[in-house]
Amino acid sequence: MTVASSVKQTLASLKGLEAQLSTFALNSMEEEAQQKFHEAMVLVGQIKNDVQLRVYAMEREENEYSSS
Amino acid sequence: MLTGMEVVLRAFLFVIILFITAKLLGKKHISQLSLFEYIAGITLGDIAGEVILSGESKISHGILGIFVFGIVSYLADVISLKSKTLRNIIEGTGTVLVEDGKLLEENLKKEKYTIDDFSTLLRQKDVFSLSEVEYAVLEPKGMLSVMLKKENRPITPKDMKMKVPNEKVPQTIIMDGNILYDSLKKAGKTAAWLDEELQKMGVAQDNVFLGQVNSYGELTVDIFDDKMKLASPQERPLLLASIKKIQADLEIYALQTENKEAKSMYNKNAKKMMEVQNLVKMYLEN
Repeated sequence: MTVASSVKQTLASLKGLEAQLSTFALNSMEEEAQQKFHEAMVLVGQIKNDVQLRVYAMEREENEYSSS
Repeated sequence: MLTGMEVVLRAFLFVIILFITAKLLGKKHISQLSLFEYIAGITLGDIAGEVILSGESKISHGILGIFVFGIVSYLADVISLKSKTLRNIIEGTGTVLVEDGKLLEENLKKEKYTIDDFSTLLRQKDVFSLSEVEYAVLEPKGMLSVMLKKENRPITPKDMKMKVPNEKVPQTIIMDGNILYDSLKKAGKTAAWLDEELQKMGVAQDNVFLGQVNSYGELTVDIFDDKMKLASPQERPLLLASIKKIQADLEIYALQTENKEAKSMYNKNAKKMMEVQNLVKMYLEN
């Protein structure tokens, strides 16, 4: 597996993680738990954005390499 | 002499009267916390028994007797709510039997408890040695309340300086195959959600004997068919595992890449992921 494809896989896992954290944030009855899950969700969202940008950059590099 | 039929009728009547009296007097009387309630409790039963079985006493007299005891008992409750002094007289006060780890023999004698009685009460509290006790009170109703020395008390997460999540009471939302809509609402769930969860488990609602929602909104069920195997909720432990995996992956990417910018980005986010893990770890374990 190339690095690019495994990074993409991680990106997918991050998206899933974000969704699950948000479900737990909504479903928990304890207020503190809700808050912590929400904070975690926000952080994961930021990480997801960074990794997404990296994936774009990698795709661009790949295209340049194959077209030249 | 009474005929059998009469006894049956009288018994019925007095069951109802006693039931109503007990209802009106409330929970406190059932637990018989004070001397007064104890006395009222035995006497009420006695009056009823007497009237039911003996032909000599009139039914109306029996009802009157019960009524008086009920009223006096009720008044005693009302008065003892208002005045501390009267409360001490009516309900009695606790007697300290052990203080600072020392047995107070005087008080024991005053309550007419032998050392054997006292040991029995201690053993009922799972205490077998007086040396473990810091403080003990004989409550008005004859129960012993024991405070153990700190070293003998069960260890709590607080003693271990552990942070544990607070949990809400689990709500029972299915009982005997029927949905309890009030509890469902309390748990903040809808019938549609429940349907979905049951479908995920592959269980029909009729087949569920008991269904509960825990603090995290997870559904656990017990079904009538005990041979059927059901998976317990695994979502939270799995979530923690996937957080750990992504964290490790990000660190690996940071090592693999030669691009400086990407390296620092991965490192930064690996750290952030660690933060995420610390935030929610407490809630995902167990």
